[in-house]
Amino acid sequence: MEMKPVRCISYKADLVYRYSAGKAASRFLVDLRDNKKIMATRCQKCGTTYIPPRSVCGQCFVTLNEWVEVGPQGTLTRFTVVQFPFWDPISGSQRAVPYVLGFIHLDGADLPLQHYLEKSDSGDLKVGARVEPVFKTERFGTLADIEYFRIVG
Amino acid sequence: MGRNVAIVGTGQTKHQAKHKDLNIVEMINQAVIRCLFDARISIDDVDCVLIGNMELFEGINLSDMWAAEASGALNRCGIKITTGGTTGTSLANAAYYFTASGLFDTVLAIGWQKLSEGDTSAGLISATDPIWERPTFAAAFGIFGACASQYMAETGLTMEHAAMVAVKARQNGRKNPYAHLQIDISLQDVRESPVLAHPIRVLDMCPASEGACAVLFACEEQAKKFPGRPAWVAATETRHDSPYVSDPPTFMDLRTLRVAAESAYKKAGISNPMKELDVIELYEPVTWAEISYLPALGIGLDGGMAGLIEGGALAMDGELPVNPSGGVLCTNPIGATALIRVAEAAMQIRGQAGEHQVPEVKTALATGFGGNWWSDIMILKSSLS
Repeated sequence: MEMKPVRCISYKADLVYRYSAGKAASRFLVDLRDNKKIMATRCQKCGTTYIPPRSVCGQCFVTLNEWVEVGPQGTLTRFTVVQFPFWDPISGSQRAVPYVLGFIHLDGADLPLQHYLEKSDSGDLKVGARVEPVFKTERFGTLADIEYFRIVG
Repeated sequence: MGRNVAIVGTGQTKHQAKHKDLNIVEMINQAVIRCLFDARISIDDVDCVLIGNMELFEGINLSDMWAAEASGALNRCGIKITTGGTTGTSLANAAYYFTASGLFDTVLAIGWQKLSEGDTSAGLISATDPIWERPTFAAAFGIFGACASQYMAETGLTMEHAAMVAVKARQNGRKNPYAHLQIDISLQDVRESPVLAHPIRVLDMCPASEGACAVLFACEEQAKKFPGRPAWVAATETRHDSPYVSDPPTFMDLRTLRVAAESAYKKAGISNPMKELDVIELYEPVTWAEISYLPALGIGLDGGMAGLIEGGALAMDGELPVNPSGGVLCTNPIGATALIRVAEAAMQIRGQAGEHQVPEVKTALATGFGGNWWSDIMILKSSLS
């Protein structure tokens, strides 16, 4: 009689994590949720304005305490149209494709923000396009309080 | 300055989508046995074992404990090193540091990954910042798509150049019995493969693989006792970038690799890499990485990349073969991937690469790449200068 092999032991794990926002992200997310403002930290030594805001400037290795408002408008510096569905890490469901992933250089910031762009077939979706955030009506203090960036010119 | 150190043995499993008959520790053991056999020594002569994978892909944590018997770490110094994509070169660099320091005479470095056992997407997500990057994370191909779009616009290089890189890698891989993908593809196949995120097509990307690789490092005194030709370590470098994927000003111009190369070339006495390097084993998870990272190594500068690709200079029989093994585009067991680059570079120096052997390799360069745009380099030479 042929022996049936045991090849694989399967587990299903449902893991829930609770990440501390920390000082910098907490301040940013409160302003985003309550005031629809995008806040950045600035290094008083080298002058770099950080998006995402962080608590330490790695170049100067100094603590960042100064906050400045950036945007809301910015310039699209690079983007792609994603055609292959990927899991949305927040909801755990698959994102509908196609969607536009872009990097937005907000006015006054030295580093870009990664976010979604509105879908557009009109040819105005291009590197250098001017964009602005579209906020959700109901906001919870996450980066997803910005629904996406729309092209304004 | 530390002691002189050489690679005196390498071993790999066959890399494939799934090792149905081997569990993690058995797969690791296979690479270790092959490495020890290649060096013609027993585990008793190994002083220290360094092992690593990229965590969370398999959902296990103390893999160094599980593998202590099969890796050879039992009752000797053993340490886990895990730095994501660069795990393999972190292992190689650490093995070099340990040996060069004079504290250990022989150090075994082992990298492995068994991607089919878990969820690769979940593993990748775990490496992104939960507040800033997870809300919009679109996998590696999404990031590479945005980067390559910008690079195309800046350089004038096209998706056709990427297709040439894709075909070269897979044709090289067919000559490497350990390579995962063994596929006979043409430019037309690449052109017709589905788009993941413009301009990245399926055949522009690396596969998800399972496999292990082991590399034995020895001090000069020991290295001269081994029967095979030693591959001497001439330089190692590691450079990190700041944490977020959006931080570097231009993505594909890998600034960490550029500064690592400048320093490594200085240490190894290399002034003209195109002439002085005989082979490169480059960590290219996507075709566009090969196209854009080589200039950071001083290859194809000033718009010369198009000519190098079109003219076949980077092919197996070209002026400077890049990835005769088929590279990451054929084989990507993540925690082993960068160590495979080092092993393949050593095999080229040691004259052991078989059908994908490049003639008369005296100087070989291997790189590691990982998040967030980190770079490692190891330069190997056939003789001590």
